[in-house]
Order: sequence, then structure tokens, then C-alpha cells
Amino acid sequence: MSAVNDTTETVEALNESGYKYGFVTDIESDTAPKGLNEDIVRFISAKKNEPQWLLDWRLKAFRMWLRQQDEEPVWAKVKFPPIDYQDAYYYSAPKSVDGPKSLDEVDPELLATYEKLGIPLYEQEMLAGVAVDAVFDSVSVATTFKGELEKAGVIFCPISEAVEKHPDLVRKYLGSVVPYSDNFYATLNSAVFTDGSFVYVPEGVHCPMELSTYFRINAANTGQFERTLIIAEKGSYVSYLEGCTAPMRDEHQLHAAVVELVALDDAEIKYSTVQNWYPGDEEGRGGIYNFVTKRGACRGARSKISWTQVETGSAITWKYPSCILQGDHSVGEFYSIAITNNRQQADTGTKMLHIGRNTSSTIISKGISAGRAQSTYRGLVRMQGKADNARNFTQCDSLLIGDQCGAHTVPYIEVKNRSAKVEHEATTSKISDDQMMYCQQRGMSAEEAVALIVNGFCKEVLQKLPMEFAVEAQKLVGISLEGSVG
Amino acid sequence: MLEIRNLHARVDDRDVLKGIDLSIGPGEVHAIMGPNGSGKSTLAYVLAGREGYEVTEGSIRYQGNDLLDLAIEERAREGVFLAFQYPVEIPGVTGTTFLRTAVNALRKHRGEKELDAMQFVKYVRKKQSELNISDDMLRRPVNVGFSGGEKKRNEILQMALLEPTFAVLDETDSGLDIDALKTVADGVNALRDPTRSMLVITHYQRLLDYIVPDYVHVLAGGRIIKSGGKELALELEKEGYGALTGAVAA
Repeated sequence: MSAVNDTTETVEALNESGYKYGFVTDIESDTAPKGLNEDIVRFISAKKNEPQWLLDWRLKAFRMWLRQQDEEPVWAKVKFPPIDYQDAYYYSAPKSVDGPKSLDEVDPELLATYEKLGIPLYEQEMLAGVAVDAVFDSVSVATTFKGELEKAGVIFCPISEAVEKHPDLVRKYLGSVVPYSDNFYATLNSAVFTDGSFVYVPEGVHCPMELSTYFRINAANTGQFERTLIIAEKGSYVSYLEGCTAPMRDEHQLHAAVVELVALDDAEIKYSTVQNWYPGDEEGRGGIYNFVTKRGACRGARSKISWTQVETGSAITWKYPSCILQGDHSVGEFYSIAITNNRQQADTGTKMLHIGRNTSSTIISKGISAGRAQSTYRGLVRMQGKADNARNFTQCDSLLIGDQCGAHTVPYIEVKNRSAKVEHEATTSKISDDQMMYCQQRGMSAEEAVALIVNGFCKEVLQKLPMEFAVEAQKLVGISLEGSVG
Repeated sequence: MLEIRNLHARVDDRDVLKGIDLSIGPGEVHAIMGPNGSGKSTLAYVLAGREGYEVTEGSIRYQGNDLLDLAIEERAREGVFLAFQYPVEIPGVTGTTFLRTAVNALRKHRGEKELDAMQFVKYVRKKQSELNISDDMLRRPVNVGFSGGEKKRNEILQMALLEPTFAVLDETDSGLDIDALKTVADGVNALRDPTRSMLVITHYQRLLDYIVPDYVHVLAGGRIIKSGGKELALELEKEGYGALTGAVAA
């Protein structure tokens, strides 16, 4: 079956107006023909005016990907029909369909969700794709932010712009954390990526704002093959948030993004994700396949990388944001909430690779399954031979709602240094009838009670989110589980 | 206010309540006493609307309406409150969040504006000092690691904030030492009001020294076998349930 047609139909069925959500900044005019071959890779590279070295890199990736055809990962606890990679567009210009003129023209169901999330009106307009010139406030705010970042010397731009304007930086770091040969999806991404962000924080600079703040205004559009690269020079700090609590619907079924983070001496990168893509309908029809490779390298001494993710959307999530703890005394953290409902499947976790001395890592994973969903935590903690006094603490908690869902924990622990300490705790629990009754006797509806109890369950992770998203994320947790009880 | 007529109820295929008649007027405090297994807690859960407690016969009218028509949360929103014998732990949810969610659920039902975090803190402050509830207790997850006394004080704080019309106190004295008992009783007495009725369920006379009821009923074998004024409790204390239940059997 055609993956693309299938989802396109789904999206159209959802939006009678035929209007597509999402935003595109640079307008291109052409669409490459369906399918994937070297010419398509060259076409993409040419469209982006890329230098020869990048084209060569893409082509190397593409040729590798061709050799990997029987290496599509099968070890995750997820099931889906084979993807026909030749039955997809790898470069398409944004549809020139006019956006709605005002919120009156937007799908009321979508507006109801915005309402529940408490998103301010002007942001609703941005998110729903109301013609940008109608939203004066937010545009000027975005411009102000841009100026502030420039003053601090922070580079924050689309990755294609970075290739043009900062080729040396891109060339030095692109593929240095996730090489093009890393895995099937990352290799595909390396060949055909078109979107994504580039962030460079100079030495000693504390990024003057959460880059999430910027996104709130600028409504990030995530592409199908997004490629993000963040570099934090010595002693710098940056907090980056991708995604949005508002529902994102997308015509592409497969999303294979790559995110690379590099933290040098004493630098800290905080990377937060709220993923709320279309999860498919109650029977599991449609929905996004979110197959993502995210990895951070703590290259410098005392550097720190912290991943926080709230995954509530997508039909299938395959994602293991990881840390390579190379620098002595470097710190890796992974805080995760994965909520699956109906027929959703999530196989997610992290890898903490301890290479340097006195490195430490913390993993807190909260998996919630409802309906007929399957949720798996899969994590690797590896202490290498030279990682003296390395520490890891892992806590994996699973919460089940109803009796048709599943929760699984698959920890891998490899220790090659006798001084290492590794702790692993895991729990599985259910929402008890007593808890429900107690909340309901106080006047809460069943849904309010579930939202409250699940938020309590996720609290340690929610607290790690940037402030302005924490409240919405709490509401999102409740909304994702609507219909899961009673 | 509340009219219970010929109430029969069944739990796990066992008939527990076998024909209860009870009328409670506005502002009245009724005590229900009785031995273990007499159906006291079942009556409390039936009034609250707990799942699995099946009414097989009889009726409960509350403020002129059929209480049994309402779901558990609807009863709560109409002013029915149950102070639990065993308050339930909710990990990760602070007392403040729990209470604000509950208060706002009721306010929403009454068509009032929901309180934001700041407004709520103000509202709580007042009630809190009356009941000797520390900030710490509100910051901790609901009932998690609470002592017996803390759990019961917390129930009464919830009652104070939710301002019910009809409150059922299910063995609120169990697990309390005499000081904690007094604090809780003071809290309850402060909430006595001509528009608020209460049903106090207890094993022992002791609680009724502090919460003095208008009426006392003795429940045994799923029926009210004797009713009287507050002096009935004293009588029971002296002679035990045995004399009374024995008398009925004879």
C-alpha cells in the first residue's frame, strides 16, 4: 500500500478544508519526482546550493543506504508493514494553498484542543497557519528575539542557511556525533535531509533566552528528514526546545530525523522535546512513524547534556536520545515521558556511554500505556574500561491503564571497569480503583482524575521542562489519555 | 435534607444492608454506631456512590432528588462528602494540586470561575490555620507517608475547603491518639452549620464526647436496631452492643 497516499487521505479526511498544517519559511517552487535515487539526492543538494563536499557526503550516505536495504532495524518491539521508500517524495515544495484568513476558518476540533492546552490566541493563529501578515504581534516579537541572539553572538538559523554562511562549522561537526553510516534511518536522513536547525553558542556565552521561547513565537515546522546540529563552545549554555504541545498533523508518514549535540569543556546543553504528532485513529489507521536518531557528545571535561522528552504522539516512536560521555566529569541525563494510547507503539529509551573518568548519568523514564498500546523502555548503560568511578542511576516506571495494553523494560548494562557503579530501579503499577474513587468523590470526573494521577506519576520529568511549557505539557498528558477510562 | 427508605444493598453477592430507614434534617449531626461487620462502612460507600455497592431495594432522596441517580462525582458536586476511613495515597500529586483540582471541579459545576494557583493559596491559608495543617503537609504528595493523624486531619481540611452540604465521616477517629482526635473533632465542630448535615460513623463513644451528635443510631446486621439522643451512646459504652443485639434476637 502506498504510505504517502494513505496518510494524505487521512489528513484530508481530518480536515475537510483540505488545508495542511505546518509552516514553511523559504518557499521553493519545484517538486522532485517520486522515488529515491542519486539524481534525487543531487537535486536536493542543488536546490540548497550546497558545496561539493556536502553533496559528496550525501552521496556516500545514499550509497551506503542502498547497501543497507536488509538492515532496517527489526529489534524494536514495534510492528508495522514494510515501508516502500520508492513510493515517497523526498523533495516537495510547500503547497501554495492559501491559509485560512482567520480562526473562523480553522477546524473547530483543532481549536478545541488549543483551548484545552491554554494556548494564547495569537499563538493559536500561528499554529493553525492563519496568514502570517495577520499576526503582527508575534512577528515583531520574533524579530526582537533575533536581534537579542545576534548581540550575544549566538547563531541560530536553518541548517541550509548555516551551510551557506558558516560552512566551516557545519563541515567540522556535521556527522561527527551521528555518522552517516550510523543506522538505516540516520543514513537515509544524511542522504536526503532538507530541514532542521543549526545552533552555535560561542565560548562563555549563556544563551540569553530559552530557544523554546523563540519557537513558541515562530512555530517550528519539523520536516520529514530534519537535521539539527547544536554546538556549545567552552563554558557556554543553551536550552533548546523542539516541537510543540499543540497537535501537529503532517502529510508524511515517516519522520527520520537526526539530532547531533556537541558540548565542549564546561558547556551545558539542555534539549527538550514535546512530540505530539498525529497518532493515528483509534483503530491504528494512519499516524506518523517517528524514527529518530538523537545523540549528544559531551566532548569536553565537565560538560553536560540533558535530554527531556514528552512523547505523546505518533503511531510508532523509535527513539533513543543518547549521551557519549567522553570528557572527564561529564554528565548525561535523560528524562522521558512516553504516553501511548489506543494502538500507539513506543520503543524508546537512551544510551549512556561512559568513556571518561568520573562521568555520571541519570535516566528517569516514565512510560504510560492505555488502550491497546505497547510501550517499551530500552536503554543501554555502558561503562568502558577507562571510565573510572563512573556512575549511573536508572529508574524506569511504567503505568498501565486498562488491561489490554503492555509495558516492557529492556535494560542493557555493560560494565568494563571495576570502580563503576550502576543502579537500576523499575516499577510497574496500575491506576487503582481506590485512587479513582478518591478523586471522583472529591468531584473530579474520571478524565480529570486520570490526568491528575498520571501527572503525579510523571512529575519528576515534567519538572525538567522549560517553565513556559510545563503547564501545557501537564494538560497535554491529560488530553492524550482522553477516552482511556470509563 | 436526606431521606433513606428501606435501603437494601449488596456487596460481592452478599446482602449487607437489609432495610435502613433514616432521615437527616438540615444542620443535624447523626451518629451511627455498631459492631464490626454491621454495615457501617457499606452505608458510607452507598451514600457516596462507590462502584460495586449495589442497591437492590429502597431509595435515597437528597435535597428532594434521587441520590441513586447520580454518579459518584455528581454527588460530590452536589455537596456529598465522604471522609474516608482509609484515605488513599496519590504519589507525585501535592496536596495543593489535588485540592485545587477538587475545588475547581466543584466551582465549575456551580458555574463559578476556577481559582488560579495564587487565589487558591489564599483560600487555603485561612482554613489551614484553623485545622493546624502545616504548609509541609500540603506540599507533600497526597497521603503518601502521612501518619494516621495527618491523614484524618487532611480529610477534614478537604471537607473544610469543599464545603459540603452533607458529610459522612467514616471512622474518622480510628488510628488517632487523644490529641489528634481532639484536633480533628475541633475541625469538624468548626464546620457545624445550620445548613450542613453530618453522619458520623464510629465504633466508640469516645469521638462523640467531642463531636456531640443530635441523634445516635445503632446499626447491627444491616438494620438500625435502636435510635435515640446522645445519651444512647453512653448507654452503649456501658453495656456493649451485645446486650442490644441479643435483645433484638430475643
